[in-house]
Amino acid sequence: MTVTATAAPSGAAHSARVKLLTRLAPHLQALPLWLVMGVFLLIPIATIVMVSFWEDQEYTLAPGFILDNYRDVFGTFVTFSTYVSTLRYALIVWASTLAIGFTVAYVLAFHIRSTLWQMVLFQVCAVPFLTSNVIRMISWIPFLGRNGLLNSTLINLGITDHPLEFLLFSPFAVVLTFVHLYSLFMVVPIFNTMMRIDRSLIEAALDAGARPIEVMRHVIVPLSLPGIAIGTIFVVTLVMGDFVTVQMMSGGQSASVGLLIKNEISLLQYPEAAAHAVILLLTVLMMVWAILRVVDIRKEL
Amino acid sequence: MDKSGPRHWLLLLAFALFVVFLYGPTLTIFILSFQGPDGGLTFPMRGVSLRWFENLFEPQMVGDFGGSLERSLSLALIVMGLTVLISLMAGLAFRRKFLGATALFYVTIAGLIVPSILISLGIGLMFNVAGLPPAWWSSALGAHLTWTLPFGVLIMFAVFNRFDHALEEAARDLGASPWQTLRYVVLPLIAPSLVGVGLFGFSLSYDEFSRTVMAAGSDNTLPLEVYAMTTNVTTPVLYALGSMTTLFSFAVVVTVTLTVLAMRRKRGAKLTG
Repeated sequence: MTVTATAAPSGAAHSARVKLLTRLAPHLQALPLWLVMGVFLLIPIATIVMVSFWEDQEYTLAPGFILDNYRDVFGTFVTFSTYVSTLRYALIVWASTLAIGFTVAYVLAFHIRSTLWQMVLFQVCAVPFLTSNVIRMISWIPFLGRNGLLNSTLINLGITDHPLEFLLFSPFAVVLTFVHLYSLFMVVPIFNTMMRIDRSLIEAALDAGARPIEVMRHVIVPLSLPGIAIGTIFVVTLVMGDFVTVQMMSGGQSASVGLLIKNEISLLQYPEAAAHAVILLLTVLMMVWAILRVVDIRKEL
Repeated sequence: MDKSGPRHWLLLLAFALFVVFLYGPTLTIFILSFQGPDGGLTFPMRGVSLRWFENLFEPQMVGDFGGSLERSLSLALIVMGLTVLISLMAGLAFRRKFLGATALFYVTIAGLIVPSILISLGIGLMFNVAGLPPAWWSSALGAHLTWTLPFGVLIMFAVFNRFDHALEEAARDLGASPWQTLRYVVLPLIAPSLVGVGLFGFSLSYDEFSRTVMAAGSDNTLPLEVYAMTTNVTTPVLYALGSMTTLFSFAVVVTVTLTVLAMRRKRGAKLTG
């Protein structure tokens, strides 16, 4: 890097060295990132694929090449029903976070007058991302529990005369917690794309006689699509791979693919867990690929 | 757009409701962590006390609160340092062409998309197959970096996209070496963003749960400890712990934000003065 510090013997050799160093530099700068992602992402995934063909012998791993694990995965109805349950969670949570995220981003981008307030309120929406997910899950207990705030409010209002049991430890609690945890992943990318929409386009549409709803449908929504796609990728992949929210908030009554893998890991059935993991990874990659087919996000990157 | 009238106020109300939804539960457990000695996990409050916070620091506290806190803090600091350094270097690399740039970009993004349980399982299996014991400073460190580095690199992308290259050219024309240009021109200008990358690295690591599950080895990090507590603790001490961690996270965010603002103001003063 210290080109000027080295004594230059002859002009041609010097400039050749400068050229070489300039071309080498970015490779060296990228090396640490390659190392980390290679050792802790690529090799682990390769290990999962490898182990998914291994044999499970009395809690020890036996290298080999068998398809039994995949036969087990596809051979039971449990796998199918677990995927249906997980996909249903993903769909409901996606729709809810999209509705909430789009509205919140829209208010932030178009209905907050001062730039200062816009930045402050954006931070307010983004900060919970930097706090603990486990604790944000726990914090629903006093709300949803049998003697929780929601139940006592409902009883006080006379809407119901006995506490509703389905609030905590139910699919409802799982969806609510997911929406609570992951709405941010929709708000942030959608807000970013909305801020880049040229305001004169909206003025033009209004001048041309478009009603607000038409401006929304023909200007704002199409131009926000890349942000929506990025948010969708985040939310869908997070829900598809989740195990802790489903385990904690459903009280063990609900299934998800991640939880299935987690349980197999706890039983030390690594090859089966690996086979499930490979199928999950392929499913998630296919979903991401499908989203990218619909929306071009390259402009956002 | 229409910034008055009922529609405008309705939208602002929706926004306010979202903020309540976002912060309401956290605020509830904060209040409940001051529950009286006879109080339970839900309202009503039976008196007000600091009993559960004291409980947290008693030596016979469930689990290993002190040890896990220490490990989580150390890990978060290491992750923070590495995330800033590696993201900065990668950010500099991506400004020019290099072999495998596109592949590296996709691999980095994959760190965000691949479900956490797979990272956890994969790293756990890798250590198992290699015959190495997993530990918070090896396997968990790697697991955290696969989550913090993609964010760091994406932030660096955004920073360098907005960077005015004329400043570097000016430095070069004045005879600065590449290293001097980086040290005295580029780094001071992007310092606030690097602090932001550090904040992400620290916070995401400090609170990370699902990637750490199989990668932490025998000693728990704080989120793993908290999770273990949820299954066997039925007193508000759980909320006290939750409040403490959340307050700590907020303190970190606020401190960093104020630091960045101060840095910006100082730079502004220098440029004009």
